[in-house]
Amino acid sequence: MRNIFAVAGVVIKELYRRKDFYVLFIVTILICLIMASINIYNDANIVRYVKEISLDLIWLCSLVIAVTTTARQIPAERENRTLLPLLAKPLTRMELIVGKFLGCWLACGLALLCFYIFFGALAASREHHWPLLNYLQAGAMHWFMLGVVVAMALLGSLVFAAPSSNSTICFVIIGGILFVGRHLDQQALSLAEPFRSVVLALYFAIPHLEFYDMRDLVVHNWPLVGWTYIALALLYAFFYMLVFLIGACLVFRRKAVN
Amino acid sequence: MASPRTWSLLIAALLVASFGTAAHLSPQFLAWRGSRATGGLFTVLLGDNRRMFANAFFVKADEYYHSGYYPSIFDDNTAFQTAHMAEDTGAVSSKNRGDEHGFLGPTRNWIDAFGRHFFPDRHTHLDAGGPDNLSGSAQVGEILPWLKISADLDPENVQTYTVTAYWLRERMNNVAGADAILHEGLRNCPDSYEILFELGRLYYESYHDRERARNVWEQGVRKWLQLDPQVSRGKQPVLDLVADWLSRPLNLTDDQKENELVMEQLATHLAELERQTGNWARAIEWLEAAARISLTPDRIQKQIGELNGKLGEELNPLLKPLY
Repeated sequence: MRNIFAVAGVVIKELYRRKDFYVLFIVTILICLIMASINIYNDANIVRYVKEISLDLIWLCSLVIAVTTTARQIPAERENRTLLPLLAKPLTRMELIVGKFLGCWLACGLALLCFYIFFGALAASREHHWPLLNYLQAGAMHWFMLGVVVAMALLGSLVFAAPSSNSTICFVIIGGILFVGRHLDQQALSLAEPFRSVVLALYFAIPHLEFYDMRDLVVHNWPLVGWTYIALALLYAFFYMLVFLIGACLVFRRKAVN
Repeated sequence: MASPRTWSLLIAALLVASFGTAAHLSPQFLAWRGSRATGGLFTVLLGDNRRMFANAFFVKADEYYHSGYYPSIFDDNTAFQTAHMAEDTGAVSSKNRGDEHGFLGPTRNWIDAFGRHFFPDRHTHLDAGGPDNLSGSAQVGEILPWLKISADLDPENVQTYTVTAYWLRERMNNVAGADAILHEGLRNCPDSYEILFELGRLYYESYHDRERARNVWEQGVRKWLQLDPQVSRGKQPVLDLVADWLSRPLNLTDDQKENELVMEQLATHLAELERQTGNWARAIEWLEAAARISLTPDRIQKQIGELNGKLGEELNPLLKPLY
């Protein structure tokens, strides 16, 4: 466990030493503040459009941070020729993968914490109330969704040749799942066999990342979601994290490191 | 290798040439009808595509009116053909069919059933309290940013002005704001009877100014009647135009058929205004105009009967029963 946390610590340090997060965070703050400063018929209580824009940017930035940070981990170690010395230490390949995953996931969590604190402050400045539990649910779901994304990008970094191709493929898959994942079964019904069965199988096999998108509920002040459903969704995400991590470990076990 | 002096002269020559070309083309460009430079920022950036985006933002406002409960392109959207926020103003004909409460349909499988816990799954309207039933009706103001963008993108979309003005006036008590947006709409769409109807309501209900309301509504009726090319474009009094329209067989143009509800509303509001001022004959005339295109003519005929009774009493005040 100590080895895993050591690797994870290095990844977290990398995040706060790089400028990616700061740039994205400052750009998000600037855009949101500019949007919030617009005068809408002299009504200072109108806030939902700012909340929506803010959450959209948070989602976009968090996905960019998660995918790009994870996609370059193993290729960068290989390129800098530090992978072999790293594995020469008492560190198994599985520990390296799990450490990298944990580091990226925790780094995403820290980034999300900053983003959500800013979001909460921005919303409270207009709404004058702070639905902490709603934000906690949305943040936790978002973070676990990023866990699945990080695990998927880590597996991709071992399969695809370059971080750029891995990032692009990850973004296409994530975008596809978020936009049409919920409706794949409906679309399957309009197809002929064997495509119908293939699309249906895909529908049941993919990780349904759209479960974790609670932006509409937060923006429009819907009541809390039942904690049982939240727990089940987190468990579902954890299952997919394990699937991708086991896949990554299996691929990395047979991969040449030099 | 050319000397620096040659390069400087070449750059100077190019600058003079480009300045001369620009000066030559500038008047032609400004006179060109397709020029975007005369419009606002959105016109310059998007051209005519801005209308498509304007519609998307109008739909976005309706999505906010439902607190996020809105069909996607994959769902059954027959109950959302006309924006509910526009329908609820009472001046827009509805094309909505089907079940607005259940466009999601029955759950299809466990993934679908489970997923429905994480997005808005209940039909509510912001003016009725929203999803928590606690928010006041002023929350409906949340739709306004998207309507404002929609109006900026497509200044010729009449509904944007009427919907914005209605909610500003009805739920946010911002009559001055509603007045300003309707006048902006009239500047951009001077022939709009919908805007004139809404402006009349503002004068009548908020300013209690019957004269201005009557003028504006009568102008609205004139504009609606003039959708028919056979109707005179002259300065004829509007009641003459209506009498002429009532005397001819009913033959509505497509535009008139689509906007029958606005004409009915204009005529019934004018009838009510005349009834309140005691002009029974005029009120009857307006009700007859309304009954001609109404979906519920019996109800209006009943009102005409009542007014005819009052008119009879007024004309024969001394008439007593013979017994």
